[in-house]
Amino acid sequence: MNRTHRSAGGSRGLGTMEVKSKFGAEFRRFSLERTKPGKFEEFYGLLQHVHKIPNVEVLVGYIDIHGDLLPINNDDNYHKAVSTANPLLRIFIQRKEDADYSAFGTDTMTRKKNVLSNVLRPDNHKKKPHIVISMPRDFRPVSSIIDVDILPETHRRVRLYKYGTDKPLGFYIRDGSSVRVTPHGLEKVPGIFISRLVPGGLAQSTGLLAVNDEVLEVNGIEVSGKSLDQVTDMMIANSRNLIITVRPANQRNNVVRNSRTSGSSGQSTDTSLPGYTPHTVQNFHPEEDDSDEDDIIIEDNDEPRQIPKAVPTSESLESLTQIELLHESTQNGFIPFSEVNLCHSAGNVNMEYEIHDPDKKSLEDGTIITL
Amino acid sequence: MRRFLRHGHDPVRERLKRDLFQFNKTVEHGFPHQPSALGYSPSLHLMAIGTRSGAIKLYGAPGVEFMGLHEENNTVMQIHFIPGQCQLVTLLDDNSLHLWSLKQRSGASELQEEQRFTLRGPPGSPPSATQITVVLPHSSREVLYLGTESGNVFVVELPSFRLLEDRTITSEAVLQRVPEDYRSRRSFELVEALREHPRNPGQILIGYSRGLIVLWDLHNKRVSHHFLGSQQLENLFWQKDGRQIISCHYDGSYAQWPVSNDNRQPEPLESKVPYGPFPCKAISKIYWQTTKNGLPYIIFQGGMPRASYGDRHSISVVHGSQQIAFDFTSRVIDFFVICNADRAAEFDDPSAMVVLAEEELVVIDLKSAGWPAVHPPYLASLHCSAITCSHHVSNIPLKLWERVISAGSKQNSHYSDMPWPIDGGTNLAPDPPQRDLLLTGHEDGTVRFWDASGVCLRLLYKLSTVRVFLTDADPNDNMNPLGEDEWPPLRKVGSFDPYSDDPRLGIQKIYLCKYSGYLTVAGTAGQILVMELNDEESEHVVDHAEADLLQDQEGYKWKGHERLKARDEPVRFEPGFQPFVLVQCQPPAVVTSLALHSEWKLVAFGTSHGFGLFDHQQKRLVFVKCTLHPSDQLALEGPLSRVKSLKKSLRQSFRRIRRSRVSSRKRRAGGGITAEVQEANSKFDHDALQEMELAPIQRKIEARSAEDSFTGFVRTLYFADTFLRDSSRHCPSLWAGTNGGTVYAFCLRVPPAERRMDEPVRAEQAKEIQLMHRAPVVGILVLDGHGTPLPEPLEVAHDLSKSPDMQGSHQLLVVSEEQFKVFTLPKVSSKLKLKLTALEGCRVRKVTVANFGSCKTDDYSENDLAILTNLGDIQIISLPFLKLQIRYPCIRKEDVSGIASCVFTKYGQGFYLISPSEFERFSLSTKWLVEPRCVVDTPEITGNNYLHNRSGMEKATRKSRESGRSSGDPGEDDERKSGRLMEHALLNDEKVLKEIQSTLEGERRSYGERNSRRIHVGHGLSNGGAE
Repeated sequence: MNRTHRSAGGSRGLGTMEVKSKFGAEFRRFSLERTKPGKFEEFYGLLQHVHKIPNVEVLVGYIDIHGDLLPINNDDNYHKAVSTANPLLRIFIQRKEDADYSAFGTDTMTRKKNVLSNVLRPDNHKKKPHIVISMPRDFRPVSSIIDVDILPETHRRVRLYKYGTDKPLGFYIRDGSSVRVTPHGLEKVPGIFISRLVPGGLAQSTGLLAVNDEVLEVNGIEVSGKSLDQVTDMMIANSRNLIITVRPANQRNNVVRNSRTSGSSGQSTDTSLPGYTPHTVQNFHPEEDDSDEDDIIIEDNDEPRQIPKAVPTSESLESLTQIELLHESTQNGFIPFSEVNLCHSAGNVNMEYEIHDPDKKSLEDGTIITL
Repeated sequence: MRRFLRHGHDPVRERLKRDLFQFNKTVEHGFPHQPSALGYSPSLHLMAIGTRSGAIKLYGAPGVEFMGLHEENNTVMQIHFIPGQCQLVTLLDDNSLHLWSLKQRSGASELQEEQRFTLRGPPGSPPSATQITVVLPHSSREVLYLGTESGNVFVVELPSFRLLEDRTITSEAVLQRVPEDYRSRRSFELVEALREHPRNPGQILIGYSRGLIVLWDLHNKRVSHHFLGSQQLENLFWQKDGRQIISCHYDGSYAQWPVSNDNRQPEPLESKVPYGPFPCKAISKIYWQTTKNGLPYIIFQGGMPRASYGDRHSISVVHGSQQIAFDFTSRVIDFFVICNADRAAEFDDPSAMVVLAEEELVVIDLKSAGWPAVHPPYLASLHCSAITCSHHVSNIPLKLWERVISAGSKQNSHYSDMPWPIDGGTNLAPDPPQRDLLLTGHEDGTVRFWDASGVCLRLLYKLSTVRVFLTDADPNDNMNPLGEDEWPPLRKVGSFDPYSDDPRLGIQKIYLCKYSGYLTVAGTAGQILVMELNDEESEHVVDHAEADLLQDQEGYKWKGHERLKARDEPVRFEPGFQPFVLVQCQPPAVVTSLALHSEWKLVAFGTSHGFGLFDHQQKRLVFVKCTLHPSDQLALEGPLSRVKSLKKSLRQSFRRIRRSRVSSRKRRAGGGITAEVQEANSKFDHDALQEMELAPIQRKIEARSAEDSFTGFVRTLYFADTFLRDSSRHCPSLWAGTNGGTVYAFCLRVPPAERRMDEPVRAEQAKEIQLMHRAPVVGILVLDGHGTPLPEPLEVAHDLSKSPDMQGSHQLLVVSEEQFKVFTLPKVSSKLKLKLTALEGCRVRKVTVANFGSCKTDDYSENDLAILTNLGDIQIISLPFLKLQIRYPCIRKEDVSGIASCVFTKYGQGFYLISPSEFERFSLSTKWLVEPRCVVDTPEITGNNYLHNRSGMEKATRKSRESGRSSGDPGEDDERKSGRLMEHALLNDEKVLKEIQSTLEGERRSYGERNSRRIHVGHGLSNGGAE
C-alpha cells in the first residue's frame, strides 16, 4: 500500500513520468514509472500520503490530452490516465463532500476557466445548486450541448456518446409536419420528430432531448427532404458519435448566449435561417470525424487490437485536424486513437502492429497447421 | 481549403467521366406482365401486345421491337392495326381510342402516339350508348367502325377521329328490316362483332349479342341480309371467299351461314356443338381457314364441356379427322392465325397459330405433322417458375458457348423447326459485341441459361437439380401424353408452372466459371451442388458430404425445414451440366453466399450459421467456421421467414386482401363478381387503414450490437491470392464477411497440381476484422499493387495481359452496407474510407466491379465500383480512391423486389426485375449499350387495293427499292418526312412497377403512404435520360 513510487529526484528517464497533483491550493510533484503504474488503490493511497490527508475521502481527476477533466476511480481509467499523460500527468483532487461532478466532461477545454475555478475554488461556486445527471463513473462523457455560439437560440445541437456506455441510445423518431417561414410566407413542410424516449436510455438520461423535438440535422447533414428510413439509417450509421440538431418542442429551456452578436439578435422562432445552415455544415465534417474509427483486428488468434491508421499519403489525409491529432500523438510515441484503446496491453508502449509468438513465426515460415 | 480543393471539379476528369458513364434503360426482356390485348398485322407481320398497365409492345422479327405507354395507364382492351399501314388503334378500358404510328427517324422506326379520342353521345344519354365493344378498321384505311353497347355502330374518320354522324348505323335502322316477332323480343342488343366482307369492302357484317346478324350495305345504307341466330352470339368469322359466315355462341356451338344474293331467309347450313352433348362453355372466337386440299382448319377458343373441363383454357384445332384441344397453362387473352395474307389468294393456307395466354406466348406450327410448338425467340416466360436469383457472366468463350447451346438444343428437340413466323421489320442493331450469359435460378430447383448478348433474351439451356434428390413429385407427371381415346383430345402446351413441388429445391446462389465450365449452385435447404459440363449423357452416383456448421453449439434445435434427401443410387443426367458433388449444410438453412475457385478446385459456402470450404477435387470438407452469436436464437431456430414481426404479418395479410380485391376487379371485366364481396373487401380495407393510422410509424434509433440477430449470417465470400500474413510471400486465401460487420480471413495451402490428390488442402484462420459500425459486409475485394482488382480464377491463364501486380503492396477493400473501407495488407491498417450512410442515408444493396471503356478512345478503360443502394440509386465509385463519380436514379425505392433482383455485368450493364416476368436492362457505360434499333416499312399498295406482303425475302432488297420508289408514292414520302420529327419512345412500364409495388412493398413502408402515393407518368418519358 505504501509502496513508494517516487523515483530518484529530478531524473526523467524514459520510463518515468512526472505527476503534478493539486488539492485545494497545494501542489505536490512526484513521478511515476510509466510502465508500472500499479493499481488505483495504491495510487489513491499515494495521493493521500503526499497531500497528507490520510483519512479524507476525495475524488481524483486528471486533465487528459484534450484538456478534459476526467475522473480517476478505477484501475482502467487510472492506467489510461498514465498512458496518455503528455508529458506530465495533472491531477486534481476534491473532497468528496463538496465535489462538483459537473466539472467532469468533454469540452471542458472550452469552459476551462470555469472548470478550473470550480475545481480550484470550490467554495465560491455555490451560487446555484447544479443537478447531478449521473455519477461520473464512466470514463467518457455521455452527452453534451455543442456549438451554442453558432446556432440560433431556438436550436440545440446535442452530442450523444454511445461508446463507453452500455446504455442504449433509447429513442424513436417519426414523421410529422412543421411550419416554416419561407419567402412566400408560412409553409407546412414534412419533418422528422422524436416520438419516444426509452426510460433509462442515453437520450432520456441526458435530459437534452424530448418527445416532439424536431430533428433538423444529423451529424451536420440536414434531414429535410429525406425520408424517415433514410434519417433512421443515418442516425444508426452515426450511432457511435451521434450529433443531432433539434428544435426543442419546449423552447423555454434554451441556452442563452453570453455575448450576442448583433446579427443573431431578435430572431423569431422560425427554423429556417438561410444564413445559418452552410455555416453549420462547414463546422461539421462527419467523414472526418474519426471517433468511430476503432475497427478491431484479431491476427492469428492473438488479442484483439484496434486497426491503426495507415501512414497518411496525400490522398488519405482527410483533414488538417487529423494531422494535428496524429502529430500530437506521435510525439508521445503512441498510435492514434489510443484514447479509447480497448486492449489491456496498452501499457506496452512500443507496441508493434503485429505481435507473433515465436512458434507462430515458425508457422509462417512453412508448416501450416490445419485448424 | 484543402477540403475544398479535394472536392473541386477537375475539368479533365469531368470530361473523362462523360466519355465513360452514361445511364440508359435500354430494353425490357421477358414476358409482359398482365397482358390484356393482342393484335396482329398480316401485312406488316407485326404482333402487338397490350397490358393492364397501359403499355403496348410491338414485336416482329427477332430484334424488332417497340414499346409505347398510354399516359392514362389504363388497361388496353383491344389493339387493331390499320390494314396496310404502319398504324394501330388501341381501345382502353376508359373507352378512349388511341392512334399509334411507326415513324421513321434517322433510319430507324419509332413508335409514337398520334391521336386520342373518346366517343361521346348526345348530352343526357347513358354512358352505355357510347361504350365501345368492338372496333373494325376498314380496309379503305379511312374510317373506323365502332360497335357499342347500345347496338349502334358509329363511324369515325381516320386519322382525325372525326365522328361521321350521318354514317352511324343505328340499331333502329337495322331492326326495321327484321321480322316483327324477332324485333319485339329484342329491345336491347350490344354489338358483339363487326366484320368486313373479305372481297367487297362495301359490305360489313354486324353481329348483335342476342344472336342477330345482319349484312350491312355501306353504299345503300341498308341491311342487305339478316341471319336470325337463336343463341347468344360470341363472335363471327367470314370465310375467305365471302360466301359463308361462321358464328360462334355462348352455348358452345358454332354455325355456318350461307351468304347468297337471293332474298330468302337464310338458315344455318350446319350448327354444331363440338364438345356436346352435355352443356358446354362459350366459344368466344373462331377461325375457318381454307386449304388447297379442301379440308378446312376450324380453330376455336373455348367450347369445353362445362362440368368436367370448364376450368381449362383451351383452343381447339380441327382439320379433317385430326383434332387437338390445346390446353394452356393460364387464361387465353387472345389468339390469331397466320395465313396467306394475300387477299387475292384462293386459300387461307394457315401456317401457324399464335396464342397469347396470361403468362406466356405459345405458337403452334400448323404445317408440320402433330402440330408442334415453335420456340419463341423473345417474350420468354422468365417466371415459368418464380425467379429466386440471377447471375451474369460476360464474354463467354466460344467453346463453352457452343457446348451450352448444343446441350440446350437436345432439350428443344420437341419444338418445331419452322422459322419464326412473325418476321416483320428489319433489325438494324449491330451484332452484340460479346457473348453474355444470364443465369436465373428458380423456385423449382432449375437454372435457366439465357443468351443475354442482344435485344432478345433467348433461352439456351435449362438445368434441373431436382433429380439429385428424392422428392414426392414424379418428374414425369406433366409429360404424360393423353391416351388415344381421350375426349376432349386435350394436349398441354406451354411451360408456365408456378407451383413448386418442394420449396427447399429453390436455387439461391449460382456461380459459373466460364473458363473451366465448373458450375456451382446452392439452394434453400443448405444444398450446394458442384457441376461439370459434359457433352455426353451420364449415369452416376452424386457424392455427398455434410457440413455441420454449428460444431460446438449445443442445446439448440433447428425448427426450420428438413434437409433434402439425396438419392443414393446412380442418377441419369442428360448432356449438359452434371452434378458430381453435393454438400449439405447442417442445419439446412438457406445458403446465403457462395464462391468457387476453379483453379484451386475449392468451393466456399455460407449460411446464417457459418461458412465452410469444400475441396471438390478430393471431395473433402476442408473446414467449417461457425459465425453464430450464442444468443442468436432466431438464426438457430429456422428460416428467415420466422423473424417476421406481428406487424409485418399483419401488413401482409392486408396486402393479400388488396391483391384479391385487385384480381376481383379484373374478373369483373371478364365475367362479373358479386357486389357483396367487393363491398366487404373495401370495408375491411377501410377499417384496416384506420387501424394502421392510429399508431404512427416510428423507427427505433439504436446502435447495432454483437447480440443482434443474424449477425453471423454470412453475406459474402471471396477467394484471393494475396499477402495475407507476410509481405514477401503471397498465398491463397478465403475471405468471409458477415451481417454483423465481421471479416474473417483464412490462409489456405493448396498442394501443387502434381500432388493435388495426395495432400490435403489446409486452412488456418489468419485474421479477423470487426468493423465497429457493425453494418453487414456485402463485398470484399483485394486490389493489387496497381490498385486493380485481382483477376478471376483462371482468367490469367486465359489472358496473359491481365496478370495482377504481385510486387507492390496489396490492399483490402471491405464494402459494408454503410461504408467503403480500404485497408493495407498484410499489416491491416486503415487507409481510406467512404461513409455512405452517414452522409446520404442510403445503404449499399449490390456492389460489383465493372470495367468502363471510353467511347472516345479504344485504349482507355478503368475499373470502378458500381453500386445499387436501398433507395434504388446507382452510384459509380472510383477505384482505388473511393471517389463518387456519378449517381443515377434507377429503381424506385419502394420497389424492393426490383432492387433485390438487380444484377450488374462486368462491363457496366445491369438487369433488374420490373415484374415477376420481365427484366429491365440498363447500361451505365457509353461503350456497351444493347438496345433495339429496327425499321418497319409501310407495305406497298397495289392498284386493286389489295395488300401484298413485303416482308420475308423482299426485305433483303429493301434499300435498293426504296430509292426507286420515292417518285411513285408521294404520300408515303410525306409521311417519312414528318417521321423525322418524332421522338423515340422507349417507355418504362411505370404502372406495372406500381402494381408490383403494392404487393411487394418493403416491410418498412407505411400503410398510409402506400395508399396515398400517386405516380404521374408522361407518355413521352423515355430512355431514362442521364442527369
